[in-house]
Amino acid sequence: MFIVDYIKTVFGGVKSLLVGMNRTGYYFFHHKEIITQQYPDVKQVLPERFRGEVVMIHDEKNEHRCTGCTACELACPNATIKIVTKFDITPEGKKKKALDTFVYHLELCTMCNLCIEACPTGAIKMDQTFEHSVYDRSLLIKILNKPGSKLMEGVE
Amino acid sequence: MFSLEGLKNTIHYTLSASLGTTSTLLVEMLIVGICVISLFAVLGLVLVFMERKVSAYMQIRLGPNRVGFQGSLQTVADTLKLVVKEGLVPNGADKFLFNFAPFLVMIVAMLIMAPIAFTKGLQMWDLNIGVLYVTAVSSISVIGILMAGWASNNKYSLLGAMRSGAQIVSYELSAGLAILTIVIFTESLQISKIVESQQTGWWLFKAHIPAVIAFIIFIIAVTAETNRAPFDLAEAESELTAGFHTEYSGMRFALFFLAEYVNIFIVCAIGSTLFLGGWMPFHIGHWSAFNHVMDFIPGIVWFFGKIFFLIFVIMWFRWTFPRLRIDQLLNLEWKYLLPISMFNLLLATVVAIMGWHF
Repeated sequence: MFIVDYIKTVFGGVKSLLVGMNRTGYYFFHHKEIITQQYPDVKQVLPERFRGEVVMIHDEKNEHRCTGCTACELACPNATIKIVTKFDITPEGKKKKALDTFVYHLELCTMCNLCIEACPTGAIKMDQTFEHSVYDRSLLIKILNKPGSKLMEGVE
Repeated sequence: MFSLEGLKNTIHYTLSASLGTTSTLLVEMLIVGICVISLFAVLGLVLVFMERKVSAYMQIRLGPNRVGFQGSLQTVADTLKLVVKEGLVPNGADKFLFNFAPFLVMIVAMLIMAPIAFTKGLQMWDLNIGVLYVTAVSSISVIGILMAGWASNNKYSLLGAMRSGAQIVSYELSAGLAILTIVIFTESLQISKIVESQQTGWWLFKAHIPAVIAFIIFIIAVTAETNRAPFDLAEAESELTAGFHTEYSGMRFALFFLAEYVNIFIVCAIGSTLFLGGWMPFHIGHWSAFNHVMDFIPGIVWFFGKIFFLIFVIMWFRWTFPRLRIDQLLNLEWKYLLPISMFNLLLATVVAIMGWHF
């Protein structure tokens, strides 16, 4: 029967629409639970493995563990890290390669974590900061070793 | 009953005491024009804010909550942004039509405002074919949309405008038939008489089944006519970027945006006049005590309450239903709404002739 099917379609359609309206109407009148985060006021607790940017670990004596071996620079897939080395003179009079500046291009970094895995001395790690927006791209080029810092004793 | 007739007469006598007949008329026209424009501006701000809050609550969000108390100044900030933006005209566009289209859409919205009765005695033009005038003039807005789409020199705009044309022309039919159903009962096209006829009860209740069917069809049809989701094929953000107003920016875009919300207000005003009694308070038959209590609430409050209820329903549609495809849209009109509303018109005629309504 065509006409019966037609009427059934109409009423079925209206019913399914009303079910949907009942759902959204319920949400409208029961405004308690909010599924969105109130971001700048309430910040989310980030998971431990969240990667925000590469930082170099410094201790309280302003010493880091980077020997300037450039393993991270070689491991980086898109040339985010540029290490400038210098030669220190040891007390025995020998020349020894050491870190001068650790240049980190945040704007190129994909947070792939390969540099941290490549580091033999555990000098760098991933930090959880993520609010990196700046008005000038040049501000994203960071020097990770703090001024005046030097290599920790006993790290080769 | 509360009425603004006194205020109207006071203004009229004060003006005609000091001015001639013609200049009184001109000054009164000016006052009315300013009132309408400021009503439009306030409506634009309020309705956009309401839309954003309603959508947020329905999607379990908070909505705008930064500018002003609970985000209440958000739309003011948005308007300021639109005012200072550059109004671009694309290369190869038909400059005259491109600039004229948003104004045409606004002019049409203002024209439909003329016969709407806000409360007893507060009506710009009580012409004897009010409902016919509204249906006739509201069809002009499609020309504005087509003009915008054509003049933009952009395929997206043209496609959006064409779809909008097909959609509005189709849905005018069932909206018109739904309006006719009520006209059968009121036996008049004059807005003030339609309102007066609902003294003993609103047509939605007095004329039971045909009126309820007509009301549902009317709400669906006007949602489509105002190009709102789920019938927003003219805009179709996912396919046509923004449809007919893709190329518009700055104040011209703001006019289209304002016209959309003003049109929603107007169709809801028509709907509440026809089905929910306009400014008439909620009366039940001859319960004079109950009716008397209801009369204490001014008519303008009733009218705006009804309009905002209908606007809320239309917003509820938008934030609940998925969008239709163009073929589904035309199927819905030509295979479902139009036959049902024609049958409903017959039913209403039978009910009216046999006197089966209250």
